Amino acid sequence: MIVARGLRKSFGDFEAVKGIDVEVRRGEAFGFLGPNGAGKSSTMRMIASVSPISGGTLEILGMDPAKDGPAIRGRLGVCPQEDTLDNELNVRDNLYIYGRYFGIPKGEVNSRVDELLEFVSLTEKAKSKVEDLSGGMKRRLTIARSLVNKPDLLLLDEPTTGLDPQARHVLWDQLFRLKQAGVTLVITTHYMDEAEQLCDRLVVMDKGLIAAEGSPRQLIEEHSTREVAELRFNIQDEGNPHELIAHKIEDLGRLEVLPDRILVYSPDGEEVIAKVHERGLDPIAVLVRRSTLEDVFLKLTGRTLVD
Amino acid sequence: MSLSLAEGTLRQSDYWWTVFKRTWKGGAISSFISPLFYVVAMGVLLGGFIAGDPAKLEGATSYLSFIVPGLVATHAMQIAVGETTYPVMGMMKWHKTYYSMIATPLEPRHLVAANLMFVLFRLATACGVFMLVLAPFGVFESWWGPFLAFGSQLLVGMAFAGLVYGYSARIRNEAAFGVLFRLGVLPLTLFSGAFFPISNLGPVLEWVARFTPLWHGVNLSRMFCLDTVDWSTAALNAGVLVAAIVVGWFWAVSGLEKRLVD
Repeated sequence: MIVARGLRKSFGDFEAVKGIDVEVRRGEAFGFLGPNGAGKSSTMRMIASVSPISGGTLEILGMDPAKDGPAIRGRLGVCPQEDTLDNELNVRDNLYIYGRYFGIPKGEVNSRVDELLEFVSLTEKAKSKVEDLSGGMKRRLTIARSLVNKPDLLLLDEPTTGLDPQARHVLWDQLFRLKQAGVTLVITTHYMDEAEQLCDRLVVMDKGLIAAEGSPRQLIEEHSTREVAELRFNIQDEGNPHELIAHKIEDLGRLEVLPDRILVYSPDGEEVIAKVHERGLDPIAVLVRRSTLEDVFLKLTGRTLVD
Repeated sequence: MSLSLAEGTLRQSDYWWTVFKRTWKGGAISSFISPLFYVVAMGVLLGGFIAGDPAKLEGATSYLSFIVPGLVATHAMQIAVGETTYPVMGMMKWHKTYYSMIATPLEPRHLVAANLMFVLFRLATACGVFMLVLAPFGVFESWWGPFLAFGSQLLVGMAFAGLVYGYSARIRNEAAFGVLFRLGVLPLTLFSGAFFPISNLGPVLEWVARFTPLWHGVNLSRMFCLDTVDWSTAALNAGVLVAAIVVGWFWAVSGLEKRLVD
């Protein structure tokens, strides 16, 4: 569906995307995971065929976006990071008018709009003003709008940023159902839980480059351990700074020393905690958890995803 | 394959129809009532103090019949500027409507074309009704002249629509509209021959006035209304306006392309 080779994007002197190779296959959910400013949105806009590439090659649905932009866009659904709904129109008209931009005949758009409102549970809000919708509803409406042309490929740029946990889960459920229905999804996110929930395969992006590629499980297996022990010490204790503590436990596993806690990567987190106590250290809080993509990102870049 | 200009423009007709439905009431007030105030205040009341000497008023027998064709042409410019400043900025910057539009097969030139067609529609209704309202005042000297005057008002409106659209697409901050209104629209309104013959400006400023697109529209509109048509001047006036429309079109499309496709 998408093949990028050495793909680049520059804005003046600033290079947002510095040569990436990506291949997205039909029917999969593919993710770009990375912090803000990693180049995800720039990549997404090139794939959406609204931003010309600065270097490399890019092929979408077997076509060249520089030549066949309108034809490609006719088969894409785009859910942008910022809501671009028309606040002056009601919910139904937002979908109807958008469908008309694709040249879909009036009768056909009307029946499709009804189906989509049903799909995103907004049928009862059909006549409401967009302004009166909650953030989650607006995002669902944007997703419904992006589906109006029955796209082969759905692009979702930070789909759940700014939503409360409940609204995120509703949205994830809907995206999951789309995936089940065979729609190819491309998602950018800086939430590792979102990437783990939705993506079959993903690339970790940092500073315009791809740092790693694989399924969430593969990436975790390759770049992290099964478990992580999180240790919190009293930050006030200046006589015993994190660096000194870390020195005492550095043989227990790979360490990440963060300002507020120390992470110890080990196949067995409980054992790590026991050994920490044996050495006379007294953390004020401990937590043993499974490794996540956040840990993968931390290892690959030395930074956390959400700064 | 790119969509044809007509097809891409037509696909936005439902959108602009909804814009019309929600704005026509406010538009009606500003389009018809405020110019009518101008006609009554300046043409009838102030005009009562001005001797209607055809030799000094470019052939008009009263100040009212002198000022009316210029006022409608100036009004066309103001409508065009009004429709291509804040609304265009809103579609790019505040509501981001254009960004959602170009995620579809539509391209910037289609957006410009549909937007300008809407401006043309606004101009046609506003100037058309205005001319109808003026007919009973006895300011038209022939039955056919007002129709051609109406056409010249559309030309001058569209000349400004494209040029100002291109300006709006290039500025980042709406404060720049203040400059446009104060240094562009206001002096053009006052000094392009709508309120007094430009020969009163003195030889140098008269020539400056002749280079403004608005004067060409005012002059054309007036010649047709007063039945004082000099066809070679009319051809020049119309030619300048058509040229401004062509330049404005390319300036607007390239401005929007630069803005949306980066």
